[in-house]
Amino acid sequence: MLLVDVEKTLGKFSLVAKFETASGVTALFGSSGAGKTSIANMVVGLVTPDRGRIVLDNTVLFDSTGTNLPPHKRRIGYVFQEGRLLPHLTVRANLAYGRFMNGVARNATEEQRIVDLLDIGHLLERRPGKLSGGERQRVAVGRALLMQPRLLVLDEPLASLDRARKLEILPYLVRLREEARVPMIYVSHQAGEIVKLASQVVRIEDGRVQAVGGVELLDASPADMAH
Amino acid sequence: MIDLTPDEWVAIFFSLKIASVATLAALPFGVLIGWLLARKDFWGKAILDAIVLLPLVMPPVVTGYLLLLAFGRRGLFGAFLADFGIVFSFRWTGAALACGIMGFPLMVRAIRLSIEAVDRGLEGAASTLGANPFLVFFTVTLPLALPGILSGAMLCFAKALGEFGATITFVSNIPGETQTISAAIYTLTQVPAGDAAALRLVIIAVIISFAALIVSEWLARSAARRVRGE
Repeated sequence: MLLVDVEKTLGKFSLVAKFETASGVTALFGSSGAGKTSIANMVVGLVTPDRGRIVLDNTVLFDSTGTNLPPHKRRIGYVFQEGRLLPHLTVRANLAYGRFMNGVARNATEEQRIVDLLDIGHLLERRPGKLSGGERQRVAVGRALLMQPRLLVLDEPLASLDRARKLEILPYLVRLREEARVPMIYVSHQAGEIVKLASQVVRIEDGRVQAVGGVELLDASPADMAH
Repeated sequence: MIDLTPDEWVAIFFSLKIASVATLAALPFGVLIGWLLARKDFWGKAILDAIVLLPLVMPPVVTGYLLLLAFGRRGLFGAFLADFGIVFSFRWTGAALACGIMGFPLMVRAIRLSIEAVDRGLEGAASTLGANPFLVFFTVTLPLALPGILSGAMLCFAKALGEFGATITFVSNIPGETQTISAAIYTLTQVPAGDAAALRLVIIAVIISFAALIVSEWLARSAARRVRGE
């Protein structure tokens, strides 16, 4: 369970967000520039809030009274919009990176299961520069999963892909939800993706949480109209 | 083949040795300072930047003289280091020190630029995967900056190979100890009938420089290919 209660001012943009997530998949939904990615960055520790508190299960990740766990100690898998695979490493080494850095013992069965789930077995010896956009995102998801995260944060993982690629990846994410048993935060402005994945929706507009609820929040929201 | 006298071979050997040692010894400092200048904001950054660039703009003779004052046998650091048996003055190690300092600005500039060009998003991604800042540096920043680091090292090596003014001022021109190709060529042009020998060394110098350039280009290219993820 994740508790977020943060404030952050970035130039003229002010972000005030307070919400709690249950297990399963929670979508952060809202139009571009609403502050969704900033929230995701604060949850993983890449951006420090001005004030507030972030708690994951029983661990305080951030508290303005003094706690600020650095990203490498949070153990939250983060899938970036553009993948951000390490370009100088093969797919295999990218997948092993998080496991190695967290000192997780190698579990060949688990590794095979995730490689099969994402269908990336044939890419292992390649370098990221030789992958398609969709392949890259699947590897990024696998990399985040293999570090055995306590939470998986996906920031618009399909945004950089064309329509055909999106349709190619979405089923993998649905399978992930069913099989991976890791709580997920899914950031998106596409109601269509969220309907297929999320059980809970946090709607964010102009740096404020507008509503927290089920997928019914997606109907007739301004972000949906825009697309 | 060009016939070289033993003295000439010695000058070539010492040139390569001095330039290699100067480059290798300067490299860790070059990476550290390049990284500091690229990634950190601190008090006195502009001053550090200026000090690093100074040998590039000062007359080499001035740099050599300052080295003599600092590292000479009675110099500020020289006297102190001599107690530990480390002597620079009139030794090949002194030539390496002078060459390293002369090449340092070129090395730091290339390394700084290449570290600035490393995508910080990738460093952030590595940290979310559990790598502490130290590991992020060694597994992401350093390998991605490698092409620039190699070309910086190569520039330093080339500069060291051709260094003349600071070296001759600091450690003089002693065959078999501090005499490099450049100094040997200079000496030969000062004596009657030295022209032929000077020309031989000039040809050797051109060949070494050319080979160094080709090797560095090749290294930088293959490193850049890796970095692009191909």
